[in-house]
Amino acid sequence: MNEAFRAGTAADMSPVGTLDRREAVPALVGNPQDWLIVAGLAGTAKDTAAMCEPEANYFACAGVMGGAVAMGLGLALARPDRSVLVLTGDGELLMNVGSLATVAILNPPNLSIVCVDNGHYGETGYQKSHTSLGVDLAAMASGAGITAVRSVSETHEIEEAGRLLREANGASFVLLKITPDAPPPVIRRSLDAAFAKDRFRTATLPAG
Amino acid sequence: MTDWQEDLYRVLKEFEVSQVSYVPDAGHRVLIDMSLADPEVHSVPLTTEEEGIAMLAGAHLGGARGVAAMQSSGIGNCVNMFSLVKNGLFPMLVLVSMRGDFGEGNPWQMPMGQAVEPVMEAMGFITVRIDRPEDVEGAMRAACTMVFKSGQAVGVLLTQKLIGAKAF
Repeated sequence: MNEAFRAGTAADMSPVGTLDRREAVPALVGNPQDWLIVAGLAGTAKDTAAMCEPEANYFACAGVMGGAVAMGLGLALARPDRSVLVLTGDGELLMNVGSLATVAILNPPNLSIVCVDNGHYGETGYQKSHTSLGVDLAAMASGAGITAVRSVSETHEIEEAGRLLREANGASFVLLKITPDAPPPVIRRSLDAAFAKDRFRTATLPAG
Repeated sequence: MTDWQEDLYRVLKEFEVSQVSYVPDAGHRVLIDMSLADPEVHSVPLTTEEEGIAMLAGAHLGGARGVAAMQSSGIGNCVNMFSLVKNGLFPMLVLVSMRGDFGEGNPWQMPMGQAVEPVMEAMGFITVRIDRPEDVEGAMRAACTMVFKSGQAVGVLLTQKLIGAKAF
């Protein structure tokens, strides 16, 4: 009998990084009001809401996995006057990693992407994602053609990566490797996307 | 042959569409070429169709209008992303070049082609079928009005009676 192929997805907290997202994400993003932010679901939605509230300069998903980068692209093309940040997780990005290729060929200078990589599907019980099993999303971003890419696993690397997000001449991508042991901030937010959409537009669109 | 495609593009321009996203398809060739030649329009080739739905939701957050062009098979790739449109009440214009429809000769196209309308309607879209070249301008104007004035999600189906069935 042939050996069965197996790649672990059982719940397990083995870390891909050591950074605590509650410190590393705000340090990397800097002043959240400098950005229009699209967040993926789960952890990054909470990271973003905790940074931005009570301001409404963010739209956070609670579903539609794989959509965050493309949403950020449409927003960046619509708002060349503003810097747009996509903040998403490894599981969300893996669902539609081809969107990095779409971003790369357009290469808008006002679009920055941060993947907060804890190597796990935190929302469903911390099963390992592919990034715990050797997949390198920073290499995939580079391979897609994004030239401004950093992989950050130490605190001292955050400052330079934050500058890259703000100053790159084209689209930029930072992989932030964090520990799954430190949970995202606890914050309540509306899951009504129509409300979130109207709130975002009211707060951020120019008058008239 | 291409006159109706020029009508279609002219209506998109009247409604100030500035983002055109697509997975390349013969039925949308003129739309794609015109968007590439148009300095006022972002012309965005996608790796998979659901990117276009998310991208246009982002465009709306930024106050811009867009259209997602795809083949009928692409609707199947978009279904969960339509949740964003329905939950968020995003205006959404999707142009579908039909396969698996009137006169189709490739059986691989039939299942999704026949499922386009029920799937889109299940996810909250209004669907508009166009069979004749002379109907394109009026139907497109109706669709754009529902999307950009009334905030609806509309799928415009360019049928194989309009674009021709591909022979195999």
